[in-house]
Amino acid sequence: MNQPPKPRIKPWNDPRIRAWVFQILAMAFVIWLATTLFFNTLENMERRSIQTGFAFLDRTAGFGILFSLIPYEETDTYGRTFFVGLLNTMLVSGLGIVTATLLGFVAGIARLSSNWLVARIAEVYVEIFRNIPLLLQIFFWYFAVLQALPSPRESIRFHDMVFLSKRGLYVPAPVAEPGMGWVTIAFVLGVVATLLIGRWARKRREETGQGFPIWRTALGLVIGLPLVLFVLMGAPLSWSLPALKGFNFVGGGVLLPELVALWFALTIYTGTFIAEIVRSGIQAVSHGQTEAAAALGLKRGQVTRLVVLPQALRVIIPPLTSQYLNLTKNSSLATAIGYPDLVNVFMGTTLNQTGQAVEVVAMTMGVYLTLSLAISAVMNGYNRRVALKER
Amino acid sequence: MSETFVPLPSLPPPSGSVGAGAWLRARLFNGPVNSLLTLAILWLLASTLIPLLDWGLIRGHFVGRDPQACRDGGACWLFVGVRLKFFVYGFYPEAELWRVNVVLFAAVASIGTIAAPGVPGKRWIIPGAVVGMPILTFVFMHGGMFGMPEVATDQWSGLTLTLVLSIVGIVAALPIGIVLALGRRSKMMVIRLLCTVFIEVWRGVPLISVLFMASVMLPLFLPEGLQFSKVLRAMIGIVLFESAYMAEVVRGGLQAIPRGQSEAAAALGLGYWRTMGLVVMPQALKLVIPGIVNTFIALFKDTTLVLIIGLFDVLATIHATIVSAEWPNIATEGYLFAAAVFWVFCFSMSRYSQALERKLNTGHKRN
Repeated sequence: MNQPPKPRIKPWNDPRIRAWVFQILAMAFVIWLATTLFFNTLENMERRSIQTGFAFLDRTAGFGILFSLIPYEETDTYGRTFFVGLLNTMLVSGLGIVTATLLGFVAGIARLSSNWLVARIAEVYVEIFRNIPLLLQIFFWYFAVLQALPSPRESIRFHDMVFLSKRGLYVPAPVAEPGMGWVTIAFVLGVVATLLIGRWARKRREETGQGFPIWRTALGLVIGLPLVLFVLMGAPLSWSLPALKGFNFVGGGVLLPELVALWFALTIYTGTFIAEIVRSGIQAVSHGQTEAAAALGLKRGQVTRLVVLPQALRVIIPPLTSQYLNLTKNSSLATAIGYPDLVNVFMGTTLNQTGQAVEVVAMTMGVYLTLSLAISAVMNGYNRRVALKER
Repeated sequence: MSETFVPLPSLPPPSGSVGAGAWLRARLFNGPVNSLLTLAILWLLASTLIPLLDWGLIRGHFVGRDPQACRDGGACWLFVGVRLKFFVYGFYPEAELWRVNVVLFAAVASIGTIAAPGVPGKRWIIPGAVVGMPILTFVFMHGGMFGMPEVATDQWSGLTLTLVLSIVGIVAALPIGIVLALGRRSKMMVIRLLCTVFIEVWRGVPLISVLFMASVMLPLFLPEGLQFSKVLRAMIGIVLFESAYMAEVVRGGLQAIPRGQSEAAAALGLGYWRTMGLVVMPQALKLVIPGIVNTFIALFKDTTLVLIIGLFDVLATIHATIVSAEWPNIATEGYLFAAAVFWVFCFSMSRYSQALERKLNTGHKRN
């Protein structure tokens, strides 16, 4: 029996050869593009006599920053402005993530409420605020609401301790004195011990069915222990009160209007998206689950907490992660109202003063990329833990 | 002898389960907690909405052109009428406004034709509009040919700029996104790697930094002599950014199409491009219409960010009016008006996408 002759494929029709050719062409194009841009950039920077390299990070910045979590003076370096901005970005993102999650879960659950009014209000909230640009909402809170507050001299005051004006909310701030360190250590130890005991108690309950008063223990360890130590050390804490000096307040702690406007807008805007995610997650849990739970005699709150939410979380977590990432990236809109975040301080003032666009933009983008990858790594880990374990 | 069975007429529903009273009881006052909640919300609504309506409508000023007219504390909506031309056209030269109107009319007409159901010949209209609209926009808005004097792009502003940026962004981001999504699922390693890196980098950074990059770094990248205007640079930044998001949406749709579809297409003798273009892509795109429209809505809202790099979009024109000395104390009214403008666009887009989704639903989704 004759084997039919193997058909000879012309080389330009062979899928493998074609794949190689395409990939080599694509690679060549990318390399050509990168080198062209690189040499263009070098040439352009030389002509405009822009310096290169990261030496500028050690030079004195010479500009003030409105608000900083770490000590910062005008005489500090550009490198330090980077960290000031980074910490401020992380502060507002962290605050926003917590409150947006709370608001989003409340609104998402409320949209499914049996109370018609509650469901409609949640729906109206979602439909209005997710269709308005975030920048516009930030402007609204900052220029229309917070800038309409009285000046520091006529501020709304509460017992001469809390002052609300267009310069922000001034409150008494605790000042730690020697001995406070021990109380902090006790607090941290209490939290760690609670976590360990909680894990042990859950394991024991799963094995033996015996309960453990975990809430009382946690209360004692996290609050009681530091409190006892605090009293024993002779209350090593004093308060710094805000006082009006000249045109503004001195002393105390301050919640800046820039921070508040940004925080509000981020919370309300991202909350709408989280609400939609929560709603679709809950609707993805089949109705039989709720009915089965009710048949077991669980109360309505227990059904939501013990049966529906744990299953809904599986659907909720992945899109929730991308909302957290969006919130972090959106916090860069701070620059529009002058909250000193990374983009405002570093990609704004520092870039303008040094002119080293390539290095500054690369560093800033690098930070956001790293933050994005870090948050998605953490959330992916959590997602793996709650994912359905199938055989 | 036949005895037909005649059932008794069914009883009416119990009087307690029909009518407005029953509805109220079931939806608002079932149980003490819900009743309290309802009353609390009603009180809250009354105490916020009534003063708001009083301020905005009853005591509001609608007629007139003089900012001094509204000093009694009511809302001042006069600026809308006085400044409307500025909000729509921005700094575009007065004598050339008809050119903007032509472009806006063409945009509305083509979007309307594409969106309306049952218009014949859509397979020619859609590509025609996608290719023709940008050319038409550039020819008319920029001018400098056919006897129309040139209008530099830095005079493009107001709602016109917002619409130009978002329409160009939408038209460009979808095809680039489709190519990137296909690349990310390609079997060729180099192509897959390049597309993945491209997508993840743009998705990992905020749009602001992309716009800063486009406005500060792009001039450094280009050879001397080749310089883009600021509007064009912002456009490039927006397209790069949104196409990465679009790619992920399209990839989601591609993943939902079972392998059997492309295997069946291959068995019929279709090559890669025809498999994708005729079999896989139509199904995938249909599945992700909500995602695509959501990306469009996000893009439309994101165009407001160009005001940070100094372009004058519709939000910037309204903001400029608010901070001008001519119109004191209209911050709230101004932002509410801006919010209403954006809301109308975004809400209608999202409603249209829901209608389209229902129309195209051919039972892929299990319920």
